[in-house]
Amino acid sequence: MTDRIGRIHSLETFGTIDGPGIRFVLFMQGCLLRCRYCHNPDTWNNHDGQEMTVDDILKEIEPYVSYYQMSGGGITVSGGEPTVQAPFVAELFREVRERWNLHTALDSSGFCEPAHAAELLKVTDLVLLDLKEMDPLRHEALTTQSNERIHRFARYLTELNKPVWIRFVLVPGLTDSEDNLIRLGEFIERMPNVEKLEILPYHRMGVYKWEKLGIEYTLQDVPEASQADIERAQYWIEQGRLSARKQHV
Amino acid sequence: MAIQMQTAQNTSNRDPWRRFRVGKWTQRVDVNDFITNNITPYHGDESFLAGPTEATKALWKIIQELSRRERENGGVLDVDVNTVSTITSHKPGYLDKDKEKIVGLQTDEPFKRAIQPFGGIRMMQDACKAYGFELPEEIVRIFTEIRKTHNQGVFDAYTPEMRMARKAGIITGLPDAYGRGRIIGDYRRVALYGVDFLIEQKKLEARQLEVDVMTEDVIRSREELSEQIRALQELKQMAADHGFDISKPATNAQEAFQWLYFAYLAAIKEQNGAAMSLGRVSSFLDIYIQRDLDEGTITEEEAQELVDHFVMKLRIVKFLRTPDYNELFSGDPTWVTEAIGGMGLDGRTRVTRNSFRFLHTLYNLGPAPEPNLTVLWSVNLPDAFKKYCAKVSIETSAVQYENDDLMRPYYGDDYGIACCVSAMRIGKQMQFFGARANLAKALLYAINGGVDEKLGLQVGPETPRITSEVLDYDEVMHRFDQTMEWLAKLYINTLNIIHYMHDKYCYERIEMALHDREIIRTMACGIAGLSVVADSLSAIKHAKVYPIRNEQGIAVDFRIEGEYPQFGNNDDRVDNIAIEIMERFMNKLRKHHTYRGAIPTMSVLTITSNVVYGKKTGTTPDGRKAGEPFAPGANPMHGRDRKGALASLGSVAKLPYEHSLDGISNTFSIVPKALGREPQDRIRNLTSMLDGYMSRKAHHLNVNVFNREQLLDAMEHPEQYPQLTVRVSGYAVNFIKLTREQQLEVINRTFHEKM
Repeated sequence: MTDRIGRIHSLETFGTIDGPGIRFVLFMQGCLLRCRYCHNPDTWNNHDGQEMTVDDILKEIEPYVSYYQMSGGGITVSGGEPTVQAPFVAELFREVRERWNLHTALDSSGFCEPAHAAELLKVTDLVLLDLKEMDPLRHEALTTQSNERIHRFARYLTELNKPVWIRFVLVPGLTDSEDNLIRLGEFIERMPNVEKLEILPYHRMGVYKWEKLGIEYTLQDVPEASQADIERAQYWIEQGRLSARKQHV
Repeated sequence: MAIQMQTAQNTSNRDPWRRFRVGKWTQRVDVNDFITNNITPYHGDESFLAGPTEATKALWKIIQELSRRERENGGVLDVDVNTVSTITSHKPGYLDKDKEKIVGLQTDEPFKRAIQPFGGIRMMQDACKAYGFELPEEIVRIFTEIRKTHNQGVFDAYTPEMRMARKAGIITGLPDAYGRGRIIGDYRRVALYGVDFLIEQKKLEARQLEVDVMTEDVIRSREELSEQIRALQELKQMAADHGFDISKPATNAQEAFQWLYFAYLAAIKEQNGAAMSLGRVSSFLDIYIQRDLDEGTITEEEAQELVDHFVMKLRIVKFLRTPDYNELFSGDPTWVTEAIGGMGLDGRTRVTRNSFRFLHTLYNLGPAPEPNLTVLWSVNLPDAFKKYCAKVSIETSAVQYENDDLMRPYYGDDYGIACCVSAMRIGKQMQFFGARANLAKALLYAINGGVDEKLGLQVGPETPRITSEVLDYDEVMHRFDQTMEWLAKLYINTLNIIHYMHDKYCYERIEMALHDREIIRTMACGIAGLSVVADSLSAIKHAKVYPIRNEQGIAVDFRIEGEYPQFGNNDDRVDNIAIEIMERFMNKLRKHHTYRGAIPTMSVLTITSNVVYGKKTGTTPDGRKAGEPFAPGANPMHGRDRKGALASLGSVAKLPYEHSLDGISNTFSIVPKALGREPQDRIRNLTSMLDGYMSRKAHHLNVNVFNREQLLDAMEHPEQYPQLTVRVSGYAVNFIKLTREQQLEVINRTFHEKM
C-alpha cells in the first residue's frame, strides 16, 4: 500500500549538498520550529503545500534512479520538518530501498519524540541533524522551542548507533558565542555515531520569502558569516571536543 | 643554437613516416586509418602536464595587450582595407618571430582584419564604416560592377515571398550576405601527406571525370577540382613565403602542427565563413608528439609549448563583420571547434595525452572562448579523463560536451563538429548551413491566418483566422500543420538558391581540396522557439487560452486560465508535444528537392539569435510577452524548469536526434555550490550527471558553473574580467563582449541553485 498521503512543499531532482552524491531531495511541508534565520519559511505552515501519495513521489524519483546510484547518492527528505510526517516518510524510504536499494537520508531539526520516529529510523541510513543552540533558553529565543526534545532525539540516535552528520548554522551574533561553540563541541564528542560536522554559514538568500509572506524578518542587520567566522567556529568547537575527551578520560 | 640547426637538418632528411605502423593510409588518403594504426590511447590522469614556458607567457602577454587595445578601440583594432584577402595576399606576420613555435597570421600583423568580399561587398563596406574605416572606392566598384558576389547572386534569384519571409523574421540568420562556413577541411592531410601528394590525388580524381556526357554536374565538378588544385598550389606558396616547404609530409611534431596550421590558415584567409571549425586534430597530432617523445627529441614541456602556441593562434582568428551580424552571433565568435576524445570503432578510446594538453591550455593561457573545445563524451571514456573534463568545466566554463555514443553509429569514429553541434565525417561530408526558421512565429501565423503579428502584413498564405473565444487544440494544430507545410517548402527553396550561389561565387576552394571528391552533403535546416511552441500548445491543450485581438483581428496577447505542464519538468504531457513538432517539421523538410542532392537535416539551435528572434515575435500563447527572448536552443524557457536540473535535462534528452541530426543544443548553468560542497564532490557529481544525461541519448550540453553575482559584477566592471568565459549556445564567448541585452539574457536564464 503506497497511497499514503503527504504534504509536499517542493522537490529537487539534482540535490548535491544534503548528503553524499547526487540526491533526490523532497521538501516536506510543515514545521513546529520558527527559527529566526530560517531560509524556507514558506515550508512552516502545516496546511500549505501539495498533497501527494508515496506512489506519486516514487514516480518522480524513478526517471533519475541511475544518477543517484552511479554517483553514490540517494534520497534526502528535508523540509519543513520531515519527522512531522514520519509515517509517510518511513513508507517512502521503505519503498526506495526495496525497489532501487537507494541510500536514505533524513534532514531534521530533531524536534521529534524518539518513539514517533522509531519506525522511520529503521529505514533511514543517515540523519542530517541540525543543532542550533546549546542553551535551552537561548534556543527557545531563537526557535520558539526548547532544545530538550532535540537532545533526547540526538541521544536516541546515539543509542541506535545511527550515522549522523551534524549541521550547524553559524549566525553571527546569535549562535557564534564561544560558550555555545564549546558546548556544541562537547555535545558532538559524546555522540560517537557522528561521522561529519558541517558548519553552514548564515546567508540571506531566503529573506525575500519572509517579505513575500509578510512576516517580519528580525535579523535584518545580521551580516552573512565569513570564512574567518567559520574558522573561528571550527576552533572553538574543536576546543569543546577536546575538553569532552579529557573529561571522558 | 648550432646544435639545434643540425638537429633540424637531420630530421628534415629523415623518412617522415618512420616508426609509423603502415596500413591502407600509406597507399591513399585515409587519415582515420593512420590514426587507428598509430594512436596511443591514454588512461592516466593530468599529473604529467607541464606549465607554460617563458616564451608562451611572453607571447600571451602580447595578445592580452592587443586584446585590450582592440576592446578600447570599440571591437576592431585595425583593418587592411586595401587588400582583398586570398591565400597568398599578405606577406607573413608575426607576434614575436623568435618566440613563436607556430607561425602564420591572417594578414601581415596580428589583430589586423582582412577584407573578404566574395560573400558580399555590402557586409565589408558596412563593417568598415561601423568601426571607423573606409573601403576604397575601387574595391567597392570591382565587387559591385565587375565581380559579382554571392550576396548579389542570391538576391537576383530570391522570390518576393522569400524576401518577405526574411523581412518578417520567420526565416532569418540566412547566410545570404556572408560566407556560409560550417565546412571542415581535413587539415591533417597536409601534415600526413604533404601538398604534392594531395595534388596528385586531385589530378587522378579529375581523370575520373573524363566522361562521355558533359552534364552540368560534371562540368561543375571539373571546374571545382581545378580550383582545388590551384588552391593547394597557393597553400604551398604561402608556406614558402614563411620559409617552409610543405610539399612533402611533416617529419616531426613541430612540423605537423605547422603544416596543419598553414592549411587551416589558408582556409580562414580565403573564407569568412560564419563558423570556421578545425575538426579533430588533437589526437592526430599526439601521434607525432609521441614519436618525438619516443625518439627523445622533445620534452613534455616542449610538447605543451607547441599546443599552447598553436591554440594561441586559434584564439586570435579574426573576421570583419557588422554589428548586425553580432546580434545573431554575439561576441565575435569564429567557432574554431575542436572535437576532443570520443571512442574508436575498435573499442579503444581516442583520448590521448594531447586531449589533456588541449584542455590544459585553459590554465596555461587562462580561459577563452576559442577554440571551441568540444569533448565527445562516451560513458566508456577513461575515468581520469572524465574527471579532468569536469574539473576544467567547473573552473573555466569553457567546455561543451556532445554525445559520442549517440553520434558514432551515424558518423563513425572520425567525425568533427562544425560550429556548435553539427557532426560531420571529416573530409567526407559537408553541410549547407541553413540557419533557422522561427516556429513560434509560425504558430502565431497559424492563429492569425498568415498575417505577421508585428508587421500587420500578409506574409504566409492567406488562410482563415482562428476566431473562437478559447483556442481549441485540434484546430490550432491543424492550422499550424498547414503553416509548417508552407514554411518548410519556402525554407528549402530559399536554401537551394543560397547554396547554388555560394558554390558559384564564393566557393571554398582550399577546404574542399581537403575533402574526398565524392562527399555527403546535408541541407542543414534549423528551428528556433521549440520550448515556446511546446509550452504554447500545452497551454492550449491543458489550460484555457483566450486570445486578445486588436482591431485588425490579430491576436496580440493571450489570457491563460489555469495551470498547464511546461517543458523542462520531464513531463510527457508537454514533452511529447515538443517531440511531435520536431518530427512533423522534419518530415515536411524531407519532402522537398534539394540542391546537389543534399540530405535535409535539422538542428534545434539558436546561437544567440534567441534574443533577436524574441524581439521580432509577438506575445505567444504560453504567456511569453512580445519582445521577450526565447530560450536558447532546446532549453526550457527561463525559470519554468522547476524540478531541478535532472528533470530539466530529462525533457531535453527526450528530443529525437534521428529527427534532428544537425544537433540539439542545451545550455546548462549551475552555481558552484549547487554541484556539491567539496571540489572532489563537485567533480564526481558533474561526471555522474554527464554520464546519466548522455546515457539517456541526449545530444549536447554546455556546462556553465558560476554565480549570477559574478556576471552582474562583470557587467559593472568589464575591465576586471577580460577572460571571463561563458557558454551560450553551442559556443563560448567572452562575457564582456556580449551586448547588454545578451548579457541580461544570460543572467536571466535558469541557474540551478536550490539549496
